[in-house]
Amino acid sequence: MAEKLLKKGNEAIALAAIRYGADGYFGYPITPQSEVMETLMEEMPWETTGMVVLQAESETSSINMLYGGACCGKKVMTSSSSPGISLMCEGISYMAGAELPCLLVNVIRGGPGLGTIQPAQGDYFQAVKGGGHGDYRIIVLAPASVQEMYDFVGLGFELAFKYRIPTMILSDGAIGQMMEKVELRDSVRRLTDQEIAEKYGHWATVGKPANRKGNIISSLSLAASEMEAINLRLQEKYRTIEKNEIRYEKTMCEDAEYLLVAFGSSSRICEGTVEIAREKGIRLGLLRPITLFPYPTPVIQEMLPQLKGIMSVELNSGQMVEDVRLAVNGAVPVEFYGRMGGSIFSPEEVLKAFAEKFNL
Amino acid sequence: MDINEIIKPENLVYPKSKVLTDTVMHYCPGCSHGVVHKLLAEVIEEMDIQDRTIGISPVGCAVFAYNYLDIDWQQAAHGRAPALATATKRLYPDKYVFAYQGDGDLASIGTAEIIHACNRGENIVVIFINNAIYGMTGGQMAPTTLIGMKTSTTPYGRKAELNGYPLKITELVAQLEGTCYVTRQAVENPANVRKTKKAIRKAFENSAQKKGTSFIEIVAACNSNWKMPPVEANKWMEDNMFPFYPLGDIKDR
Amino acid sequence: MAFKGAIVVDTEKCKGCGVCVVNCPTQTIALAKKVNSKGYPYAYMENPDKCTGCGNCAIVCPDTVITVYKIKI
Repeated sequence: MAEKLLKKGNEAIALAAIRYGADGYFGYPITPQSEVMETLMEEMPWETTGMVVLQAESETSSINMLYGGACCGKKVMTSSSSPGISLMCEGISYMAGAELPCLLVNVIRGGPGLGTIQPAQGDYFQAVKGGGHGDYRIIVLAPASVQEMYDFVGLGFELAFKYRIPTMILSDGAIGQMMEKVELRDSVRRLTDQEIAEKYGHWATVGKPANRKGNIISSLSLAASEMEAINLRLQEKYRTIEKNEIRYEKTMCEDAEYLLVAFGSSSRICEGTVEIAREKGIRLGLLRPITLFPYPTPVIQEMLPQLKGIMSVELNSGQMVEDVRLAVNGAVPVEFYGRMGGSIFSPEEVLKAFAEKFNL
Repeated sequence: MDINEIIKPENLVYPKSKVLTDTVMHYCPGCSHGVVHKLLAEVIEEMDIQDRTIGISPVGCAVFAYNYLDIDWQQAAHGRAPALATATKRLYPDKYVFAYQGDGDLASIGTAEIIHACNRGENIVVIFINNAIYGMTGGQMAPTTLIGMKTSTTPYGRKAELNGYPLKITELVAQLEGTCYVTRQAVENPANVRKTKKAIRKAFENSAQKKGTSFIEIVAACNSNWKMPPVEANKWMEDNMFPFYPLGDIKDR
Repeated sequence: MAFKGAIVVDTEKCKGCGVCVVNCPTQTIALAKKVNSKGYPYAYMENPDKCTGCGNCAIVCPDTVITVYKIKI
């Protein structure tokens, strides 16, 4: 029987990092995610698994420590909240350009600016469309429970190394701070330096053996033709990810005439909305995208023949709704309901908005 | 005596280091970067650590350092080389990790990273090329630009009231507990080149002994952006840079 | 004991900066009147008889284009 603990989402991230064999965590304190590094420091994994944990001088430095660690073929991660992620965006772009794997955790708080420490989903665009410069994507996973905070650390590392791409867990202050039961999975052993050299030595900076040229990890290529070729390769990778890695969850969708689309903590509230709607005889379903990139576009498109309308429900001014509209392409009406700045809606409030928008 | 009598393999006294690649360096004629690259290659070869050395190149003229030394390289974002070096060294404590940075990279945009890496006493080597100007972007004022020095963003000369004062970051990092060896060198003549090589060797040895951060500033000439011929630029450096940036060890423990 | 030296310059890679010329203690080296394919006047032994093989030129050369040979005489 696997061990079950009552933990905060942020604590689950830290425990998962150790148990999924992370080699290094580099971070900087910011509310509402500081428990991640605090838990790691308390656990002292350098004494057990050998994992490095370091408090950096800034988020800029954290992400560049990740860059260095990822160059080495190591499993490295950081966590932060919205303003900190903004600071990291240059580094994320570099890592995307240099095709490096890493795990990023954004426990979103309300913005813009210093904003509030209350939960929000205002960083959807930043995460999904690329907050930094240049044409790049990262894989974005949206957990809706403490268990998923834990599990997505493992999944995130797996996808990051499979595609050599930065991968982000896009959470929010609600999931980060709430306590739930979490089942600890079997531990994964850290790779030895020898294993890393064998597995990733063809690209990683592990020290150059006599039988190969030095590995160079860079995102620089001054010749336009070379840079275009790199971009084309990246785009091809993103298309492969879109083909293979879409993840989602459907609730009451089989006979649904109307659909709510919501991710993360919004989706948990919307589960309540669906329940109340069903009691009132409204055939409402919920689609929860688990991967925000790749977005479950084909899943929405397959459902279109049965649907009269869709409402995207988000803790922002309407960001993911743009991806819903792109998927729907005018086939059915797409509405939006959201709150901002750390305010949260209730299931009833969402249902009321839904009924008004669709004249039910 | 016929020269061909002398030019024989058995008489070779100064060969090119095997750690250097055959790629022609993109640096301007007479640029100090080439000499420092060569010294790094020679030290790596002499210590026989080519398979255990990881270099971090900066943004600036030395961004392409990775083309010239045949070792594993990471190319950092502007100013962040010490952050990459920190993680690399902590994840591979038995490897040799050096950050190679210019004055804009290290002493302006990357001030936080270098101060904190030095303060943590990361067991890395920092090579800091100070030519008092931004080379790659075309000769703008650097944090280390001397008062009165003309650059493309101080066309009438650097004025303290407008631009602040030249930053002696090497003296600054020497104050930090984490640094074990802080020195300022130059490479414009054979004697200074030899001293710089000794300093680099010592820095790498410190790294192996986990004594803390070794920081080597190399006062350098940027003849193109100083708008002087190479030999004249070296003379100008001796006459103008050395009085403000005096050569020698600042800290050694 | 005296030494006799000689240098070999990779003339195609030489950029003609002249740093070796001023650092040669015996005035052996000069920049050629001819230029290489990139247009640089390259270093050469103008006075080969004077070379002692001290290596100063190679030590200061930024492009590592000079190799030095030396014999005892």
